[in-house]
Amino acid sequence: MNQIAITHTQWQPICQRSDLVADSGVCVLTGDRTLRTVSAAPKSIALFFIPHAEPQLYAIDNWDPLAGAGVIARGLLAEIDGELTVASPLYKHHYRLRDGICLEDNSVRLGTYAAAFDGDKVLIATEPGNH
Amino acid sequence: MVKQKLIVIGNGMVGHHFLEQLAARPEKSLFEVTVFCAEPRPAYDRVHLSEYFGGRSAEDLALGKVERYREWGFELLLNDAVTAIDRDRKTVTAASGMEKSYDRLVLATGSYPFVPPIPGHEHEKCFVYRTLEDLDAIRAAARGARRGVVVGGGLLGLEAANALKELGLEAHVVEFAPGLMSVQLDAGGSELLKNKIEDLGVTVHTSTATELIEEVDGRLCMRFQGDRELITDLIVFSAGIRPEDSLARSAHLQLGERGGIVIDESCRTSDENIFAIGECALYDNRIFGLVAPGYTMARNTVAQLCGESMSFTGADMSTKLKLLGVQVGSIGDAHGRAEGAAAITFVDEQTGVYKRMITDNTGKKLLGAVLVGDTGDYDQLLQYHLNAIDLPEHPEQLILPAADGAAPALGAGALPAAATICSCHNVSKGQIVDAVQGGCCSLGEVKDATRASTGCGGCSALLKNVIDEELAALGMEVNNHLCAHFPFTRQELFHLVQVEEIRTFEELLTKHGSGRGCELCKPTVASILASLWNEHIHRKPHVGLQDTNDTFMANMQKNGSYSVVPRIPGGEITPDKLIVLGQVAKKYNLYTKITGGQRVDLFGARLEELPEIWRELIDAGFETGHAYGKSLRTVKSCVGSTWCRFGVQDSVAMALHIENRYKGLRSPHKIKMAVSGCTRECAEAQSKDIGVIATENGWNLFVCGNGGMRPRHADLFATDLDDTTLIQYIDRILMFYVRTADKLQRTSVWLENLEGGLDYLRAVVIEDKLGIGAELETQMANVVGTYQCEWKTAIEDPEMLKRFRQFVNTDTPDDKIAFVEERGQPRPAREGEIVRIAEPA
Ligand code: SRM
Ligand SMILES: Cc1cc2nc3c(=O)[nH]c(=O)nc-3n(C[C@H](O)[C@H](O)[C@H](O)COP(=O)(O)OP(=O)(O)OC[C@H]3O[C@@H](n4cnc5c(N)ncnc54)[C@H](O)[C@@H]3O)c2cc1C
Ligand code: SF4
Ligand code: FES
Repeated sequence: MNQIAITHTQWQPICQRSDLVADSGVCVLTGDRTLRTVSAAPKSIALFFIPHAEPQLYAIDNWDPLAGAGVIARGLLAEIDGELTVASPLYKHHYRLRDGICLEDNSVRLGTYAAAFDGDKVLIATEPGNH
Repeated sequence: MVKQKLIVIGNGMVGHHFLEQLAARPEKSLFEVTVFCAEPRPAYDRVHLSEYFGGRSAEDLALGKVERYREWGFELLLNDAVTAIDRDRKTVTAASGMEKSYDRLVLATGSYPFVPPIPGHEHEKCFVYRTLEDLDAIRAAARGARRGVVVGGGLLGLEAANALKELGLEAHVVEFAPGLMSVQLDAGGSELLKNKIEDLGVTVHTSTATELIEEVDGRLCMRFQGDRELITDLIVFSAGIRPEDSLARSAHLQLGERGGIVIDESCRTSDENIFAIGECALYDNRIFGLVAPGYTMARNTVAQLCGESMSFTGADMSTKLKLLGVQVGSIGDAHGRAEGAAAITFVDEQTGVYKRMITDNTGKKLLGAVLVGDTGDYDQLLQYHLNAIDLPEHPEQLILPAADGAAPALGAGALPAAATICSCHNVSKGQIVDAVQGGCCSLGEVKDATRASTGCGGCSALLKNVIDEELAALGMEVNNHLCAHFPFTRQELFHLVQVEEIRTFEELLTKHGSGRGCELCKPTVASILASLWNEHIHRKPHVGLQDTNDTFMANMQKNGSYSVVPRIPGGEITPDKLIVLGQVAKKYNLYTKITGGQRVDLFGARLEELPEIWRELIDAGFETGHAYGKSLRTVKSCVGSTWCRFGVQDSVAMALHIENRYKGLRSPHKIKMAVSGCTRECAEAQSKDIGVIATENGWNLFVCGNGGMRPRHADLFATDLDDTTLIQYIDRILMFYVRTADKLQRTSVWLENLEGGLDYLRAVVIEDKLGIGAELETQMANVVGTYQCEWKTAIEDPEMLKRFRQFVNTDTPDDKIAFVEERGQPRPAREGEIVRIAEPA
């Protein structure tokens, strides 16, 4: 029997454009009780806004499994061999923004999510995936 | 296609390496792999086991990860030892009762510690030193204990003794033989090692045979031959290892006379379908108790399984290590047992250095060497030995202390292409040269490409030599660019920023760089901009340039929380302020500790709490302590002439003066200072970047000292200075350092690399040889004049405060940060102590 999985991209408003910091990261919590969102389990996600890059917005898991702490949003953006990465602040592992892969240990990968602007609102789709 | 069933018994270091090598090959898909692992967790780094006491966790030491094995498609059965092999039916049976059939079987069962059958050895306070569980048990027993004894003075025994010492016990080593490390060292080396180790507070009993262990009044009493005894609280046996060959024995595989599973050059046992690798295997009547030979066997076996031929013909057992801080090296035939062997020995009793080389009867080849106290010559000697390179005419010069340029250094260029540079991963010089020729220009790139230096790390210095030499041979300049984005040194960039009055990173990048920057150039440029223009590090264009610590003006701790360090100039503090520190710590439940820098550190603040905490501290008159910045940290002071009967100047007043002057100065690395009130030097000024010591007539100025990883005594720069001259000199020295040092270079390394050294620095600062004295002072005056407490500015600026939100879309705190109480204070919860640490799926 074949199984066909159908996934919809569920966009949810997550914060305002003014919450973002250019060329740096902020952290959002999805699925929080106080927010009206789709996915149930709360998840912290780092949002990076890079005005001069294409795309401008990146959403990636905030939890750094190699450091064992939720700190990715506080990492420094670093371009390594032409690829945009974030250097995790604790032990400086580089995670590639486009797919979450860790450059030092490519068996480790953070979830990445689609993110976009809708006017002043920032939208995010919380099923992990590549975009 | 039917896959071959491959079973691996044992998931230790060698078993893991085998699987890793297999997984990297396309032939992996030909096998259905099952791994039996007797330990409760997959393979970990036994070589660095002792670091478990030094703070590394089981997770840090892990080599094999369950997810990784799953990804490779290998079945990993933890906590399940194989109990029998049936060679006729080609099956194995495990303790769990599971039975599995195999086409090929790999035995990687390692070895077990040998415990001499001394009556009493089963006492519950007797331990061995091999697994994480062993270490847990030792740690538990050490609580409340005073003394620990290691039985066995070999390599591992001394390592265990060090561990006992680190656990706070009085450590003893009891050795049956007349000397320590008798396998690797000759009598002279062994004696010197013993002296050195005793100097470090470990008592060594050689030629001592233990006859009985019994419990006396709740402690252990060890009775030795000849009516001597020693009372102790615990005993660790480290009397050698024995190959774990019991499975092979009951399966009637051929074993050596004294155990060990006999293998041939292709690592096959007496059954052609069964291989044995690592410490359980016996080749040419020898067991190889090191990882490198085990790894070679693993690679060899993978090759055999993939239908290639490769042969294992023994391995070099040379070792270099540091035991209790004493460097020890042993190469080849250390005892000079070969016929006609001749020895050259160098002993310096004053510094405790012993070096001995063994040459063959022609005096041309190096058979072995022993080094104690200084292993600086190890790499070079090893290469002579392994590659049978002809010794120079006066071989003794290889171990004699260098008499001005006389040492005939064996450049990496003299090594043949086949020379092994990294023995852990078996990487030859040829492979490294190929990698460099193939475009790898840095140490990191070569490491990635060849895996050299990614094991024990012992080969890194030699690796770097080979790379540099090859780069030079290719006519490439050895690159000292800041990073891929700026083809300049830090000093050149500083100059560009200053001359062109560049104010932002973007501007500098557009004019002189490329790409988008990285974690190397961004903070460096931020620091240069701050040294020159001193704008708030949170001002818009600078925000994204800082390391986390600078961004949030606090030091990030391992669980993502922060520490708060208010400035306490000179270590002087009023009772009222002390009370405020206590109140704030209590209110926010912060762990409180007096630091090594004469101030108080408050740990465990959540990101969103930082502004509130700082508001309270600032209201009480505190300022930021810049513990997060590459900037002035503390000026340590002694109490000085005000109170101390010996003091000749007011060291506290001077310390306050210089701390207040230089606080906020951004520099290539952190800067520490101290002021002592007399020559007794209670403030340890001679270990600081800037050290000031009072004299009858003024102040002596010391410069470029360093504690930390590579301590350096400060140099006396000038004597008997008056207050004004002292400050003038410090201004000039610091600004000159800020201008010309490399990124993350402390003053100590800077001075060592400064052409002309101390004399040149004196010429620039005292004689104003470059005519920039006034300019340096003006620049410093500018920094001093534009000082602001960054925290004070931040808490008054709503825009900046927005940065300190854990989540920008809710006030919910981060539930991943959890604390537990220890000794009446909070500390980060460890894994397992937290209900839920991983991100939910
Ligand atoms: C808190 C303290 C230890 C303590 O409990 O006493 C400490 C803690 C840290 N030290 Fe230190 N050092 C502390 C005194 C020292 C000293 C002793 C001293 O200053 O008298 C030294 C040796 C002296 C020297 O620097 O020359 C010292 C040598 C280091 C080094 C090695 C520097 C080197 O040149 O080798 C580092 C690593 C680095 O800076 O790259 C370091 C780095 C660190 C960091 C910042 C590591 C980090 O990035 O997380 C630690 C975090 C502090 C925090 O979270 O608040 N710490 N550290 C001390 C703070 C003093 C203060 O009040 O500011
Ligand atoms: C404290 C310490 C320091 C060391 N330092 C160094 C060093 O500096 N340099 C160096 O080269 N070497 C060092 N060594 C030695 C090095 O650790 C060993 O050479 C290496 O671990 C051998 O690997 P192995 O896989 O053969 O054996 P092991 O790592 O012992 O692994 C064997 C595994 O097989 C399991 N096993 C056994 N029987 C069965 C069974 N029937 N069924 C299932 N599983 C089974 C065992 O439980 C074990 O997990 C050190 C060792 C120790 C203990
Ligand atoms: S350095 Fe001198 S003045 Fe300062 S406390 Fe020590 S003895 Fe007293
Ligand atoms: S020799 Fe161990 S890493 Fe190279």
